[in-house]
Amino acid sequence: MALELPKEKWVGKIGQVVIGALESEGGTRTSKVALGGATSLPFLGFEGEYPNEPPIGMEIFDVVREDYPEVARKPFEDVIDDPGKWAKKCVEEYGADMICIRMIGTNPEEENRSVEDAEQTIKELKEAVGVPLLIYGSGDEEKDAKVLEMASNVMAGERCLLGLAEEAAYKSISVATMSNDHGIVAFSNLDINLAKQMNILLTDFGVKLENIVMDPLQAGLGYGLEYSYSVIERIRLAALMGDKILQVPIMCGTARVWNAREAFKEDADTGDFTSRAVFWEATTGLSALLAGADALLMRHPDAVKHVKESVKSLHGGGEQ
Amino acid sequence: MALTALDIYKKLPQTNCGKCGFPTCLAFAMQLANKKASIDACPDVSDEAKELLESSAAPPIKLVKVGSGDREIEMGDEVVMHRHEKTFYHPVAYALMVDDDSPDIESKVQATEEMKFERVGEEMQLDMIAIRSKSDDPAKFSSAVSAVKGKTSVPLVLVSQNPAVMEEGLKVCGSDRPLIHAATKDNYEKMAELAKANNCPLAVLEDSGLEELAELSKKVKEAGVEDIVLDLGKKPLGRLFQELTLVRRLAIKKLFRPLGYPVIMFAGGEGASEGLEAAIGTVKYASIVVMKEADRAIMYPLLTLRQNIYTDPQKPIQVKPGIYELNGPAEDSPVLITTNFSLTYFTVAGDIETSKVPSYLLVADSEGLSVMTAFAADKFTADTATELIESCGIADKVNHKKIIIPGQVARMSGKLNENSGWEVVVGPRDSSGLPKYLREYAGA
Repeated sequence: MALELPKEKWVGKIGQVVIGALESEGGTRTSKVALGGATSLPFLGFEGEYPNEPPIGMEIFDVVREDYPEVARKPFEDVIDDPGKWAKKCVEEYGADMICIRMIGTNPEEENRSVEDAEQTIKELKEAVGVPLLIYGSGDEEKDAKVLEMASNVMAGERCLLGLAEEAAYKSISVATMSNDHGIVAFSNLDINLAKQMNILLTDFGVKLENIVMDPLQAGLGYGLEYSYSVIERIRLAALMGDKILQVPIMCGTARVWNAREAFKEDADTGDFTSRAVFWEATTGLSALLAGADALLMRHPDAVKHVKESVKSLHGGGEQ
Repeated sequence: MALTALDIYKKLPQTNCGKCGFPTCLAFAMQLANKKASIDACPDVSDEAKELLESSAAPPIKLVKVGSGDREIEMGDEVVMHRHEKTFYHPVAYALMVDDDSPDIESKVQATEEMKFERVGEEMQLDMIAIRSKSDDPAKFSSAVSAVKGKTSVPLVLVSQNPAVMEEGLKVCGSDRPLIHAATKDNYEKMAELAKANNCPLAVLEDSGLEELAELSKKVKEAGVEDIVLDLGKKPLGRLFQELTLVRRLAIKKLFRPLGYPVIMFAGGEGASEGLEAAIGTVKYASIVVMKEADRAIMYPLLTLRQNIYTDPQKPIQVKPGIYELNGPAEDSPVLITTNFSLTYFTVAGDIETSKVPSYLLVADSEGLSVMTAFAADKFTADTATELIESCGIADKVNHKKIIIPGQVARMSGKLNENSGWEVVVGPRDSSGLPKYLREYAGA
């Protein structure tokens, strides 16, 4: 008797969002990435399509503050004050598939960098690397409106992702993305209904579903990871079962790991702090992918390396 | 798949005799389907029907126990594919593997025994030791097992496909119910004999495919072994991941008995790579993960992952109410208060740690609700906050009477001040504002 393997026939298909535009497409990027496109749960390509190995991007900042953890800073000590060089190192030495810059220094409550300064940073970044770019504001609604409008124009034709759109602030960033055909990252705080609501708000406002990527917030390992895991898994299952508004690629970040001192503080009882921090971040990222995320943004080069290796092995499951 | 009332009804005598206590056979069948009655209540049911009903009532994944005494491990008996559907019940067990020809077995086991962590009130440590016969020498294996047994009482996995070697190992520890690893298509008859003679669980190993694995587990069961553990064998990670999912689905969704057992997995790779394979097994469906190394920097996060994945998603996780000291506070350090929903606590504690400002954090018992929810539900009020301030002994630790409350509950400040006599300072609305707030607060 042949054993019949239970393959799920999902009716839904996750939309595919491509970021980065090559020279032939009117941009200057030397590579691009595709997110999503799956008709199966993660790494179960035998029962549907799982066409794109999840890309791993790396996250940088326009300014680095004093409280930035030493472990994350160390690999970039020589370049951390220069976002262009920092990005270049991420791409050339550590194989980042994309770069996300968080323009935290533009926040009026903090360094309050001017739009002109920010423009300089983004132009340098654009020159420094050929991978697709993500540009996030500082979370200050008024300032972000200006910074992201500028970013949209500087990056016209390059097909970036701009973020983060939130329930309370999404209109100006939506306008910024639509004016130059960029994509948008819709942020929601650990809640499937809010994630859905964000996509509805954005599409009602005129953003096309195929230009949206969801960030439902990846909590760090030990700091609510299980909530994120289940929210992501539920979003993905709902999408595959046919909920069209959720058929959008999911991108998660491991940034929260770097808020949890437990992950990187010196403490001999819980082992070498660098190895622990790297594994903490890698585990956080990998668990997001296993739950259903289509792409990751990470910080530490070794964590990136380990997750990339795992993704490569997981992706090659073949036919059953 | 579970039987419906109608499936059961078809197997009943359909005489409506009422001897079971229900008026009709159909009414009885409905009670059976809901597991509210036992088939034993029907005196006229055929043996065939009885067997069918009993077997369909068995859990989709058999509960298997390894070891004995207070370190015994239960595994299997899971009922869902995704944790949000209900919960994952039996946390994956981590085993460290030692080789019988290794010179430092005892020190490795000793180090493992000493590796204990406490996290959010839970003790965490490695659960098992696997001893692999690399030498294939029965005497060497037996002395290695003795050496391990002298150092620990955790359940063991005995790893050898040579029945003569296994027999010697079992002489030393058979009564402790180690997991025998493994029966293969070449040795299963002898291994099944050993498992039965020692009343031990038996792992069946077959790497060529699930169908072949199912065949082998059937044979082992027919040979009289009930407690079975599956090993899908060494294969590329992507393949293994798919098969782990398929085994779980076959067991839970198809009630396919030959694969309705817990799964053991040997993590490949080294260091962080091995750790990540273990992480994958933790999240997706392994019951035992065997590792070659047990570095604290890997084990601590891995055990944390297990703690996360195996919490009950229907129940908010709580931390213990009381005083938490962050960044090494002194008597002039600020005092903050929040609620005991674990996510709230972790977020606030994380933000205070980021600030690097030495602080005391008081955690109020809000029955696991976040600040706003607890405030709305009257679980976090000026009264409960006062009670905590008075009972926890914070007044003895600091030389001031000033407490910082979450901005969202600013409304309780007046009453809290009146009740407790403490000066109330309203902190940021969101925890993320704490680093900046505290630095300015401490600087001022």
